[in-house]
Amino acid sequence: MKLREIAAVLNATISCGAERIDDEVEMGYSSDLMSDVLTLDTDNLVLITGLVNLQAIRTAEMADIRAIVLVRNKKATDQMLELACENGMCILESPYSLFKSSGLLFQAGLKPIY
Amino acid sequence: MDPETQSMKLTFNIHGGDFTHAGQPSSEVKKVLKQLGIDGKTIKGIVIALYEAEVNVVAHAWKGTVEVEIDESKITIIVRDEGPGIPDIELAMQAGYSTASKKVREMGFGAGMGLPNMKKNTDELIIESEVDKGTTVKMINYFL
Ligand SMILES: Nc1ncnc2c1ncn2[C@@H]1O[C@H](COP(=O)(O)OP(=O)(O)OP(=O)(O)O)[C@@H](O)[C@H]1O
Ligand SMILES: [Mg+2]
Repeated sequence: MKLREIAAVLNATISCGAERIDDEVEMGYSSDLMSDVLTLDTDNLVLITGLVNLQAIRTAEMADIRAIVLVRNKKATDQMLELACENGMCILESPYSLFKSSGLLFQAGLKPIY
Repeated sequence: MDPETQSMKLTFNIHGGDFTHAGQPSSEVKKVLKQLGIDGKTIKGIVIALYEAEVNVVAHAWKGTVEVEIDESKITIIVRDEGPGIPDIELAMQAGYSTASKKVREMGFGAGMGLPNMKKNTDELIIESEVDKGTTVKMINYFL
């Protein structure tokens, strides 16, 4: 699924990495717990999270995750965007809940890791 | 890079409670390993283990240091902290065991997955700890 399609499905705005909007991601993982995200072996995935802090970006950086959807209408801070841009990540911001975002993406064909 | 020994050393400081800067050492190490042309999977394992160790110092200890040594065949990372120490390392290594505070959990951590994940992502992991003094974590990863 292209990040562009994900943005459309989630009514999301792109706050960073717009040039990567045609990149493909195969799988999604929803979590507010970075401890769990760090245990994943997959890397071409989109992280869907309501955790809006620098550690979400750091976690994605270490785990080679290139796209993050921030849900519940949360906005990335400038510091987060700076770090995300520096690492070539794409950040999307959706007004929907974690549950709704995950459900819509699953329905649209984004695969779960497990 | 030291031409004599063909090795490179990096050191960093970590401050307890400072979540904002947690990850800077991992990020630097990642850049260096990329420049050295180490393969992506190997780099990912190393930086995830280091990041977990850093977050543990930030979350559970008072302050610490990261010492990294890279040579042709491996990377050795020593994360040393001054802190409460780990009374029962075997117990702490169990997936799900955590004493993390509410603040740590609000930061997105505290699932009790860090130490087992460090084990998974390193070739060698040695933990030494003394209660009320601190903890030293040594991690070695060999390059392919
Ligand atoms: N450097 C340390 N100093 C003191 N205690 C530690 C240290 N590292 C780990 N511990 C203890 O071991 C427990 C387990 O650590 P582990 O990293 O596995 O989980 P966590 O840090 O609680 O949560 P997670 O890593 O999943 O975010 C911690 O909750 C803490 O009690
Ligand atoms: Mg931990």
